[in-house]
Amino acid sequence: MIPRLLAIWDALSATPVLWLTFTLMAYIAALWLYRRCDSNPLLLPVLTAVIVVVGALLLTGTPYTVYEQGTELLIFFIGPATVALAVPLYGQLPQLKRMWKPVCVALLAGSVTAIVSSVGIAWALGASLETMLSLAPKSATTPIAMEVTRVVGGLPSFATVAVAITGISGAIMTSWLLALVGIKDPVVKGFTLGLTAHAIGTARAFQFGERAGASSALAMSLNGILTAILVPILLAMAGLFHFG
Amino acid sequence: MPVLFAVTTLLFMQFLGEAFVRLTGLPVPGALVGLLLLFAVLCLNRGAPKSLRDTTSHILQHLMLLFIPVVAGIMLHFERIANEWVPFLAASLGGTVITILVTAITFRWMLQRAHASKPPEAKRSVS
Repeated sequence: MIPRLLAIWDALSATPVLWLTFTLMAYIAALWLYRRCDSNPLLLPVLTAVIVVVGALLLTGTPYTVYEQGTELLIFFIGPATVALAVPLYGQLPQLKRMWKPVCVALLAGSVTAIVSSVGIAWALGASLETMLSLAPKSATTPIAMEVTRVVGGLPSFATVAVAITGISGAIMTSWLLALVGIKDPVVKGFTLGLTAHAIGTARAFQFGERAGASSALAMSLNGILTAILVPILLAMAGLFHFG
Repeated sequence: MPVLFAVTTLLFMQFLGEAFVRLTGLPVPGALVGLLLLFAVLCLNRGAPKSLRDTTSHILQHLMLLFIPVVAGIMLHFERIANEWVPFLAASLGGTVITILVTAITFRWMLQRAHASKPPEAKRSVS
């Protein structure tokens, strides 16, 4: 009986049906837990699901390359999902038209700060080149951050973890830090959440109302685009990346 | 049909974006160019069809599912984490604090400036 089960395992573990299904189940379970616990940012579904997946891979002794091949379908859809961000961005167009000047200036300031501060701190503490490159786009939304990291030669898996830490900590700290400098305006709060903490921050911003949520969605989309353009330029200026 | 139409649109825009990036050799993701192209099309069209809005909103709601395999790739880098977790965590958290403060203060300052330079009538509609 056991040899037969092992044979079935061997056959199935090499096809997408095993790991793709497992990943979907882990995600659904993680999402259920997250919603049950009032969307606590520490229970972000992607983190819980990854812990389950990595645990299962280590327990069964499955190499990551086998898992990666099995879940290629999900990885492929990151591209079309990035394109899909154009639709909510278009929905923000009236808001952008109304206050384009403050938006552009704050966007540029925030975007440059996000890139320079993270790479700078990592450099000052002696991080390796790949780690610095993976930290640069960390305030951008995950699909963009991942692709940017690949383009400049960093580690996409590291970048996604940095993006998640940024999103979670930004969602938790923004209210508190803004209270410290006396900012209460929900539009400013939302914009800051979206620019710094992308989708996680935007989910948090909607808890402060519709206006905060809308300006957060606007800041998130625009910062994703600007980060993709600025990261190669700023890294090249710092001598960490070479065009062509 | 609506889902099929939406997915085809997204893939076609990504295809054009990838082709553009290969042609120009610019160091930006092809999907990002696809995003900008779709945005331009929506602006010209003055709106997104309902099928596209429904499908994209569903995809974006479950965006995190798509990242699980990539984030799981972290298991290839346990050694790097052991060596570099201090700069990595410090840069992630420290960078976030600085970014929050700079963004919020700049945006408030710019909003106040825009507000102050407008005539009283316009002021009311903004606030």
